[in-house]
Amino acid sequence: MYPKDLKYDKEHEWVKVEGDVVTIGISHFAQDQLGEVVYVDLPSVGDAVTAGETFGEIESVKSVSELFSPVTGEIIEVNDGLSDAPEVVNEDPYGDGWMIKVSLGDTAELDELMAAEEYEAFVSEEA
Amino acid sequence: MSQPTAQPLTGRLIFEKGTRESRCIEPPALDVPEIDLAEALDGAVRAEPPALAAVTEVDIARHYEHLASANFGVDTGFYPLGSCTMKYNAKVAEQACRLPGFAGAHPYQPEETAQGVLELMAGLADALAEVAGFPAVTLAPAAGAHGELTALMCFRAYHAANGDPRRRVIIPDSAHGTNPATVAMCGYEVTTVPSDARGGVDMDALRATLDTDVAALMLTNPNTLGLFDENILAITEAVHAVGALAYCDGANLNAILGKSRPGDMGFDALHINLHKTFGTPHGGGGPGAGPVCVTDALAPYLPGPLVERRDDGTFGLTWPERSIGRVRSFLGNVGVLVRAYAYIRALGGDGLAAVSEQAVLSANYLKERLRGAYELPYDRTCMHEFVLSGRRLRKEHGVRTLDVAKRLLDYGIHPPTVYFPLIVEEAIMIEPTETEGLETLDRFAEVMLRIAEEAAENPDLLHEAPLTTPVRRLDEARAVKQPDLAWRPDA
Repeated sequence: MYPKDLKYDKEHEWVKVEGDVVTIGISHFAQDQLGEVVYVDLPSVGDAVTAGETFGEIESVKSVSELFSPVTGEIIEVNDGLSDAPEVVNEDPYGDGWMIKVSLGDTAELDELMAAEEYEAFVSEEA
Repeated sequence: MSQPTAQPLTGRLIFEKGTRESRCIEPPALDVPEIDLAEALDGAVRAEPPALAAVTEVDIARHYEHLASANFGVDTGFYPLGSCTMKYNAKVAEQACRLPGFAGAHPYQPEETAQGVLELMAGLADALAEVAGFPAVTLAPAAGAHGELTALMCFRAYHAANGDPRRRVIIPDSAHGTNPATVAMCGYEVTTVPSDARGGVDMDALRATLDTDVAALMLTNPNTLGLFDENILAITEAVHAVGALAYCDGANLNAILGKSRPGDMGFDALHINLHKTFGTPHGGGGPGAGPVCVTDALAPYLPGPLVERRDDGTFGLTWPERSIGRVRSFLGNVGVLVRAYAYIRALGGDGLAAVSEQAVLSANYLKERLRGAYELPYDRTCMHEFVLSGRRLRKEHGVRTLDVAKRLLDYGIHPPTVYFPLIVEEAIMIEPTETEGLETLDRFAEVMLRIAEEAAENPDLLHEAPLTTPVRRLDEARAVKQPDLAWRPDA
């Protein structure tokens, strides 16, 4: 449920690091808590994101929540497929349900994030 | 013909019934000179007749009778919708607003011929001022959220007049969604403060974010957890210390009538949902009324016109000196105001206090009966409502709060509010209101306890619920993603 090659933050986003580009999505725990996702509002390519600040919104049948960026940098790609098929976030949160790719400003920020085991312990406290 | 069934209630729209030739009235023969429509309307005549419904009179009657019988309201059954306060609407208030002098009043008639309506509005404003502890009141806003907007526009005008425009408005994380929406509509930015372990505002977090850029705090007290914020005086004092204003979302005023007053708590403004506190109908989205009460400092900014009591004993209209302008046409939804006034006068001061006592007692009674079967994340004596969590049912049996809510439909009970407030996982928010008798409260408690047992015995039953309603479980995700809102003849 929590792939080992990803890092996680307390707002339940995951980060996949490939060089100085990271891919960001929300965790299995987050999609399960949200319930059926019906809308994802994402920023545009070229927009700046800041660690700890919101980069978009996700709406489920239950509520609207903000998406928080785990890192600082510039958006180089956005998953446009989610506008037509937001349910992919539920079905495949770590794969086709990815949200944005960011060109990293400061790789030191990645040290603040949790490894899979740490995150699993964190959500088991929340659940 | 296939299997015999009773006519399905939700089967067909009225447009799909009848035949093109069906008629329910025959208009009399033309007895005035005929004119050329195309000429009279300057060519703006449609080429095809509109696709109006064409059914017989008895089929119209049956159609709407079926729809009415499929409806569920507080006159049909128990409706413990937390935060929304689905209390019974006293029939005497309905009678009052149908009195010809009120029902037939016209906004354009001269003041001197509408003295009765104006006197009633002045009397209602006085009563609300007394209940809430404020000197000035506008009755114009057409709903609670409209009241919020009105009050924040007054705040904005007040700060601007002081040459001190500010940017931020603080809102707790347990707030109604209308609060941040109001803030955004007024051009302010939202700062969220967390709740503490007892469900009130986290004082340290509040103090940390308060500065001279804060225009206001918006707070619901009692809050959406049904809890009275014990630090309320310290909260409004801290807000005033930085020159900001304190706004009370009066959604839960029904819990404190005759007991405590938002004006005395240090708030600068308050809106009152007449349907929640004074028993007027929800009205299916309108018309409603959300009067706003303010301090003397804010009174000059209220929207106009206000009803004024003149020295000679008559009533007339007046505009506050620095008014933000009109927020609603004419004098607001006057029919709703008449109902609220009737409710207040029928109960009197002692009666209103008894309303709150009964609402709080009923909520605590249900809370005590349901604790154990459901979790109670904020375990305190509650006010008029309380919030359970279905977290354990989910963990142990894979049954969600949504499933519990759907199962209640099978027992003929409208589900409580679910998944709100957002800070409670798998939230179930129950508000019985003061108007329900012990028999109804006990039956609801027994049904809720039974459903918790069903969750353990047969979770799939709950996953499939409701089983007995005219339509089964709806596809909520598809309803959001592919809303199909308009019938078209060729679709």
